[in-house]
Amino acid sequence: MKYAKRNDGRKFDEPRQMKAEVGVIKNAVGSAKFQIGKTIAIAAVYGPNDVFPKFLQKPDRAILRCSYNMMAFSGSGERVRPGTNRRGKEIGMVMEKAFENVLDLSEFPKAAIDVFVELPQTDAGTRCAGICAASLALADAGFEMKDLVCAVSCGLVGDQVVVDLDKSEEDFEGGAVDIPIAMTPRNGEVTLLQLDGEISKEELKKAIEFGREACLKIYEVQKEALKAKYKEAKE
Amino acid sequence: MIISKEYMQSVIAQGKRIDGRKFDEYRNIEIEYGISPKSSEGSARVKIGNTEVLAGVKMELGTPFPDKPDEGSIMVNVELIPMASPLFESGPPSIDAIELARVTDRGIRESKALDFKKLCVVEGEKVWLVFIDIYPINADGNMFDACYLATLAAIKDASFPILEDGKIDYKTKGKEKLPLTKLPISCTVWKVGNEFIVDPLHEEEEAADARISIVFMDDGRICAMQKGGSEALKPEEIFKMVDIAEEKTNEVRRHFK
Repeated sequence: MKYAKRNDGRKFDEPRQMKAEVGVIKNAVGSAKFQIGKTIAIAAVYGPNDVFPKFLQKPDRAILRCSYNMMAFSGSGERVRPGTNRRGKEIGMVMEKAFENVLDLSEFPKAAIDVFVELPQTDAGTRCAGICAASLALADAGFEMKDLVCAVSCGLVGDQVVVDLDKSEEDFEGGAVDIPIAMTPRNGEVTLLQLDGEISKEELKKAIEFGREACLKIYEVQKEALKAKYKEAKE
Repeated sequence: MIISKEYMQSVIAQGKRIDGRKFDEYRNIEIEYGISPKSSEGSARVKIGNTEVLAGVKMELGTPFPDKPDEGSIMVNVELIPMASPLFESGPPSIDAIELARVTDRGIRESKALDFKKLCVVEGEKVWLVFIDIYPINADGNMFDACYLATLAAIKDASFPILEDGKIDYKTKGKEKLPLTKLPISCTVWKVGNEFIVDPLHEEEEAADARISIVFMDDGRICAMQKGGSEALKPEEIFKMVDIAEEKTNEVRRHFK
């Protein structure tokens, strides 16, 4: 099915408006808020913490624990039942994988680094917004990282390759393919990739290219947010 | 900041507070409406100093309670998510979360601030259920008042979803506001040694012996109270705490006007 014009008038390779801020949660070691379109993610980092039960400890490195949660009022339909669910657990796990390679976990043997992501409002692309926020929170906490991690969903709406799908596009009656992708932008390596739906090889290539370009834009927003904190401190 | 309970008690016994406030002085209160306007029927952020709480309203249709066939209902839920404090752990709601939710629920319910009769769609069959979910994202003391104020603000912000042929259309936001007719405000007064303080920091709460949360209506009547803490209180102490709460709730109410 044809998708000639985007519902919100964006160009096909244009991500939604972004806003980022670090240090939003005073109790946390590091924290950040990342908004893309109407999707809002807040992330907090605590640690290094002790690990219990002890058999979960790794003698040579820290474990990274990510939790992902949608607030009960964050869905545009019915109330989201609070508490853990399988979807949230899986997303937490893929987020851990997106960061494990980027952090230097060997610096804190036997410890745990905890990352909490909460979403007060969602309009698709939540795990990607969560990763962008978590990445900022980890950097804000001062953990050594190879690079920031940027994430965006790309994919197919009808017959058209697009980047950063919103909910109306995900629900497009002609079908949509959602590809969340996370990258370390400096070397362009992908740390998370998922795909739901049918897509041709050429379209996938193009989608990932769109995703990469959007990640570079996200990277700029993230860097600005981190710098802004220190600018404030200087003044 | 790690401050021992004994030190905090000694500071307060000298008539001082660690952050230089007076005993009956609140930190700065900020209320922001509509923090999740696309998703929720109503939402708000309340900051009291470094304590920050988000609350949102979702509405569903349900059957009324048999004894109140023409009234809707509210349900308050507090999630003490580990994001907000190193002391919170994930898992099923702790007793603290349950108490916070129930005290908040009672304040709204007993004051009849929300006109429950206007939440009725078909008598005896269908009424609106108002779910209020509260998420502290930075817990630094005075969670009782913060959760309560966030709830009130979220309700104030909320509108009915559109109802079409008995089905809820969540996508179009309605114009009709929820029937919030009064502004009951809660104030929790804490006893530390022989002194009474309001709006404690987390460390001050740790040093406290007892507390009472009191909800005052616009007309000066009390609609809910809850004592907490293990220490007993003399009646005259309770009256003094009630007086403090009355004065403070009048002050805090101005933020809602």
